[in-house]
Amino acid sequence: MATAILIIAGIGLVAAAALAVADRYLSVREDPRIGMVTAALPGANCGGCGFAGCDGYARALVAGTAPNGACAAGGAACAEAVAKILGVEATATERRVALVKCCGTRSEAIRVGDYNGICDCNVAAATAGGDKGCTYGCLGYGACANVCPKGAITIADGLAKVDKRLCIGCGKCVKACPKHIIELVPASATVHVLCANPDKGPAVRKVCGVGCMGCHLCEKNSGGKEAGHFIFQGFLAKVNYENPPTDEQVAAKCPAKCMSVDPHFETGH
Amino acid sequence: MSYYLVILIGAVLVNNFVLSRFLGCCPFLGVSKKIETALGMSGAVVFVMTVAAAVTWCLDFWLLVPYGLGYIHTLAFILVIAALVQFIDIAMKRFLPPLHAALGIFLPLITTNCAVLGAAEINHAQLDKLSKLVASGAAAKSYLASFGEAVFFSFAAALGFALALVIFSGIREKLAHADPPRCFRGIAVALVTGGLLSLAFMGFSGLVKLPY
Repeated sequence: MATAILIIAGIGLVAAAALAVADRYLSVREDPRIGMVTAALPGANCGGCGFAGCDGYARALVAGTAPNGACAAGGAACAEAVAKILGVEATATERRVALVKCCGTRSEAIRVGDYNGICDCNVAAATAGGDKGCTYGCLGYGACANVCPKGAITIADGLAKVDKRLCIGCGKCVKACPKHIIELVPASATVHVLCANPDKGPAVRKVCGVGCMGCHLCEKNSGGKEAGHFIFQGFLAKVNYENPPTDEQVAAKCPAKCMSVDPHFETGH
Repeated sequence: MSYYLVILIGAVLVNNFVLSRFLGCCPFLGVSKKIETALGMSGAVVFVMTVAAAVTWCLDFWLLVPYGLGYIHTLAFILVIAALVQFIDIAMKRFLPPLHAALGIFLPLITTNCAVLGAAEINHAQLDKLSKLVASGAAAKSYLASFGEAVFFSFAAALGFALALVIFSGIREKLAHADPPRCFRGIAVALVTGGLLSLAFMGFSGLVKLPY
């Protein structure tokens, strides 16, 4: 009995001593500012800044390898708090919001089949590419809305729409979309091409009444190729978000009606 | 060498730690929602189980068996494994930061996991048997061979745990899209699935003559 107690106590003592020594001599001393910055960040761990969670971003901030202000969820107040801790200026970065590049509602874009399976875009897309005639278009089964941490995405008339005011630009919907048609765009941009179909005009027209045909009219109306407001990929126009067009008339003149001025729900949501 | 292969097949397929021995069910259900986290957990378990087996065998051989203290081995093992995992956590953070970044958050979770303790338990039973054989003067394998087998068995058992966890998390990723009745949603249907997986692994019984 006595040996048993002695040996167990001895093991405990040795283990405790080893841990104490390890903690004293092996532990990594962390910059205390990392904890302070992490506390100042919103703690949503959304990954919108491009780092693995708020802790990862805090480490990069303290190390000076990340710009202050990349946190979309925290906004300016958070950047200011971080700036106070680190003693650096908060650099204003453009807020980015998600944009669903499709405007083929149920009345405009044809559906080639009746899908009544599980209500999820990934499952629908795995079932012969989904029920939509246009294989590039939004299926509207809400895979993006399900992952949105802010509830900023609603499905209406077979289309996902992002509420710009609620979107924090975390990019979770971008990853969730099986059709890869969600993009993070600058919140200040107002003119958008709401189509992702790069096929030729007639092929697009066959499946959708509001698909981009690649007619280049938007380019011509915005000052020509030299102005560089649009990029063309196949027969698909894309807004050059590095240099977005400011003239909203361009969208109104689109013959395919696939361009929109601020498609986000600013009002009336 | 073939004996090691038998141990491997026995521990991974026939007597799978999770699906046949029902050890380590907590992480099996807790971290099996995504394949990514399941892989991280598996790595941590393989690492800790192998190291813990080596340490507990030594403790058993040099302290517990000589003093006839086999009856308190569970207590001693818990103590040593818990301290060991904490120590590995600290040392890994210092010397292998990338490995710590990958496995770090899982280490505290398996400090006294029953799979880790279970492997040590089984090794203890083997050593106990062997020491009685030696005491009775019968021909037996050397203690060194027993040590190698114990460590390899723990490693193989951890691989079996990893296999079960990864298969299960793959199923659960698909299961997330399914539409079961309301009362089955979440952990309930996961438990049913785990049971079916366990049944499937029963098909491996009798594949090898179990040394353990």
